[in-house]
Amino acid sequence: MTGSREQVLANIRRSLRRAGPLADSVRAGLEARLASPQANLKPHYEADPDAHFEIRLRAVSGIVTRVQGPGEISGVVEAHVQAFGLPLELVLAPDPDLDDIAWSNRFKVERRAAVGSDQTSVTSAFAGVGETGSLVLLSSPRSPTTLNFLPEDHLIVLARSRIVPHIEDVWTRLRAEIGALPRTVNFITGPSKTGDVEQVIQEGAHGPRRLHVILREDR
Amino acid sequence: MSITSPSTRPRVGLFVTCLVDLFRPNVGFAAVKLLQDAGCQVEVPPLQVCCGQPAYNSGDGADTRVLARRVIEAFEGYDYLVAPSGSCVGMIKEHYPRLFATSAPWQGRADALSRKSFELMSFLTDVLHVTGVSARYAGTATYHDSCSGLRELGVRDQPRALLASVEGLSVTEMRDANVCCGFGGSFCVKFPRISQRMVSDKVRSISDTGAATLLGGDMGCLLNMAGRLKRAGSPVKVYHAAEVLAGLTQLPGIGDGTKAD
Amino acid sequence: MQSNAHDFKRRADVALEDMELQKALGLLKTGFTLKRADAVAALPEFQALRGVGREIKEHTLAHLDFYLEAFERNVRASGGHVHWASSVEEARAIVVQICRDAGAKRVTKGKSMVGEEIGVNEALEAAGVDVLETDLGEYIIQLANEPPSHIIAPAIHKTKAQITELFYKHHAKHGKTARVTEVAAIVNEAREVLREGFLAADVGITGANFLVAENGAAVIVTNEGNGDLTNTLPRVHIVTAGIEKVVPTLEDVSTILRLLARSATGQQMSVYTTFSSGPKRREDLDGPDAFHVVLLDNGRSEMLGNEFHEMLRCIRCSACMNHCPVYGAVGGHAYGWVYPGPMGAVLTPLMVGIEKTMPLPNACTLNGRCQEVCPMQIPLPAMLRRLREREFDEGLMPWLPRAGLAAWAFLARRPRLYRAVTGFGVKALAWLARGKGRLRHLPLAGAWTAARDLPAPAGETFQQAWQRRQRGSGS
Repeated sequence: MTGSREQVLANIRRSLRRAGPLADSVRAGLEARLASPQANLKPHYEADPDAHFEIRLRAVSGIVTRVQGPGEISGVVEAHVQAFGLPLELVLAPDPDLDDIAWSNRFKVERRAAVGSDQTSVTSAFAGVGETGSLVLLSSPRSPTTLNFLPEDHLIVLARSRIVPHIEDVWTRLRAEIGALPRTVNFITGPSKTGDVEQVIQEGAHGPRRLHVILREDR
Repeated sequence: MSITSPSTRPRVGLFVTCLVDLFRPNVGFAAVKLLQDAGCQVEVPPLQVCCGQPAYNSGDGADTRVLARRVIEAFEGYDYLVAPSGSCVGMIKEHYPRLFATSAPWQGRADALSRKSFELMSFLTDVLHVTGVSARYAGTATYHDSCSGLRELGVRDQPRALLASVEGLSVTEMRDANVCCGFGGSFCVKFPRISQRMVSDKVRSISDTGAATLLGGDMGCLLNMAGRLKRAGSPVKVYHAAEVLAGLTQLPGIGDGTKAD
Repeated sequence: MQSNAHDFKRRADVALEDMELQKALGLLKTGFTLKRADAVAALPEFQALRGVGREIKEHTLAHLDFYLEAFERNVRASGGHVHWASSVEEARAIVVQICRDAGAKRVTKGKSMVGEEIGVNEALEAAGVDVLETDLGEYIIQLANEPPSHIIAPAIHKTKAQITELFYKHHAKHGKTARVTEVAAIVNEAREVLREGFLAADVGITGANFLVAENGAAVIVTNEGNGDLTNTLPRVHIVTAGIEKVVPTLEDVSTILRLLARSATGQQMSVYTTFSSGPKRREDLDGPDAFHVVLLDNGRSEMLGNEFHEMLRCIRCSACMNHCPVYGAVGGHAYGWVYPGPMGAVLTPLMVGIEKTMPLPNACTLNGRCQEVCPMQIPLPAMLRRLREREFDEGLMPWLPRAGLAAWAFLARRPRLYRAVTGFGVKALAWLARGKGRLRHLPLAGAWTAARDLPAPAGETFQQAWQRRQRGSGS
C-alpha cells in the first residue's frame, strides 16, 4: 500500500518539522553510523569470559560439562540421556564441527533438521557470551533452527575459543566471519521456562526442558 | 557553623502551605522555631495562600501561573523560601521553572526562586548543616516518605538523620515506606475506593511496625493516614516530623482531640 | 481492540472487590518488583545505561523516517516484504490478505501487543482462519475469552485454580480429562496441547521488541520458546510492530537489551532473544518461505516532536505498571484497552482519543514511582499531567470538579477573602468536631469520610495565630 507508506513518512517528516529531504551531510552521517556500528557502554565483570559464562548459565539451570576433546563427548551425552531417562536416540546437526565426535554404537544418530517427536538434539554453537551465559546459534543448512526448539533436550557442543566477552563481540565476529545475518540468530540462555502461573518459574515451557553445554577445551 | 550577627542571619520566608495553615498551625510554629534555633530570621509573608499545585495537577495552567506569580513576588526578596512540605516545594522548585518556559522574565524569576526553595528538614541539614536537635520524644515511631519529597527533591535521609538526634525516640522503618499513601490531592476524592485501598495497605504497614507514632513531612499524606488510622480505631499518634523535632508535641496528634469519642 | 477506558472507575471498583484478582495481584509486590531490584543492584552500570538507551532512542526518533527506510531496504534485501499501515483497520486488512494469499487455515501467534491493538485475532477469525495463541499467558486468556491485563504477563490476573478450571474445561477435546493442579503439570499440559498447534500452523505471527535498521531484523525477547516455534515452523512469518520499534544497529539493540529483561522480570537475559531477518535462505533446512513486516503508525507519527514525544521511547518492559500502586490495586482490565498501568494511561488517550478515555490520566497520584523505574527515563507523570491539561483546555472536565477548582482558584487569588472564608471555615469545623479532633461525617466530603475520619482544624489558622502572636509580642 504505497499510499500509506508515503502518508506515514510524510507525517513523520511533518512532526519532525522537516520541510525538505535530509541534508546530504546529515544523511551521510547517518549512513556512516549504520555502516560502522559502534558499541556503547559495556558492563564490566571480573572473571574470565569462560568462567563467567559458566556461572551465568548455571544460574539459570543450564548444565555445563567441560571436556578436553571429542573422545569424551559421547560419554557425556550418554550420561545425560541416562540421567533423565531418555532414549538413546539423537538428532545431530549436520555441522562439520561435530564430525570428529565418535558416537557409541548404542546411540541411534540421525543428522537432519528436527521433527515434532524428537527427544534429544545435539548442535554446535557459533559463539558463547561470557557476560550473560548465552549460546549464539545461527540458522544455516548445518544448523537448522528447529534443532534448538522442538526437542525435549538440547545439548550444545561449544568450543571454548568461541566464547566472547560481551554481546557486541558476537556481532563483530558475525560480520567478520559470515557477513550478512542468516535468517535467525538465536541467543539461548538456559532451558525454556514460564512464570505465567502465579509467577512461579516453571521450566519446560515450549522449548527444550533442559539445556546442556559441552564445553570443548581443545578448541 | 554559628551565625551570630543579625546582618548575616539568613532571611527565610516561611511558605506555610494551605494545609498547615488550615489544619495544623502547630507545624508552622514548629518550622519557625527550628529555623530560628538554627540562626535564621524568619518572616511569614501574610498574603501567601497556595503554591498552585491543585490547579496544576488538574491541568489548569492559567490559574497555576497566576498563583505562581503571586508566590514568586511574595518570596523572591528573601534569601530562602522554606516550607514544611515536600509537595509544595516540589511544585515551586521543579515545576515553577517549567510554567513560564516561554516567557522571560518570569522564567528567570521562577528559576531564581526555585534555586533558593527548600523543604524544611533538608534545608536544616543540607544548607544550615544542622546535625541534631535538642528535643525529646519518648517512644517508637515510623516515618513515611512523601512521594514528591522523595522523588522530586531527594528528601529521605535528612529527616531520619534529624530524628535520630531526638532523645528517647527510636525510629523503625515500615515495609514499603516509599510507596504512595493514596492521597494524591484530588485523587483521593476522585477515586476514593482505590485511595482507600492504598491507605489501608499503608496503615497495615504502619501497624506491622508496632510503632506508637507515625511521622512524615507532608500534611496531605499525614491527614490521609491519620484519618484512616483513626477510623480504624488505631491508637497510633500522628505528628508532622517538624513538631517532634521542635519539641512541640504537647498537643494531641493529628486527628486526636482533647475529648474521647 | 475496542476501548472501555471511559468505564475505568466502575471497573476499578469491581476489581477491588474481586478476591481472586486481589490474590493474584498480591504476587506482583513480591514477584517482578523484588527481582528487578535485585537485578538492578547487581549491575553497577544500570543508571548509566538508562541514559545511553534514552539517547539511542532519541537519536532514532529524530531521524525516524531515515531509519524506517533503511529498515525497509534491508528487509527487502534479505528477501522479505514490508507493509505500512497508517491505521489499525489497514493493518488488520494487510494481515488478513497475507493469510488469504497463503491459503492459510491456521495461524499461531507469539505475544504481540500491536496485534491486540489492531484486533488481528478477531479479523482473522472473521476471515475463517483459526488463531492459536501460544504464549502461555495469552493462551490462557484466549481460553477465557478475555483481553490481556499486563503487557508481558497477560494472564497475571488469573490464579492457578482458575487456570486449572480453564484447562479442564477446554482440554477434554485434546484427550485430557483430569484436572491439573500443580504448576509443573499445568505447564506440561499446555506444552503437549500447543505442540500440535505449532506443527499444524500455516502462518506464524509475532510482535517485535526491536526492528534493526542496519539489517532488517525483527527481534523478539521471550522465555518460553513459543515465539521461535511460531517464527520457524509455519510457511509464512508475519511480524506486527509499531514504527517506533526501530533502532539503528545491532550494537544499539545490545545496549537496550541490557535494560529490557532486567526491568521486566529481573532477568539478565531472557531465555530466547531471537533476531529474524527474511525468509529461509536457499539451502536452509527449515524456516518460513515468506517474511512480512507490518509497520503500524496509529498515532505514533503524531506524537513525534510534540509534548508526548518521549512516550515513543517505551520498550514495553512493564516496569511502570509493576511498580504502580494503582495498577497493583485494580489490575489491568480496569484500564479497558491493550495497554494498562502508567504507560497505558498515556498511550490509550493518545491512540483512542482523549475524550473517550477521560479517567485514565486522572487515576494517578503522580507519585512518580513509574518514572523512577522506567529504563528509558520517560517522564510519565509529566505526560499524564499534560493529558489533564488537554482535558481541561478542551472543556472535558466534569462540571463538579471544574466548579470546585474554579472556586478554589477564585479564593486563592484573593488572599484577604481567602483568609476571611477559611478563618470562618476552620472555626466551623473545629466546632463541629467538638474537641474530638476529627469528624466522621461532613457534608460534601463524603468521598473522604467514607473511608477516613477528617482530622479537624484547631479553631484558628496559622496566619491568624501568627498575626496574633506578632501583635502580642510587638515585633
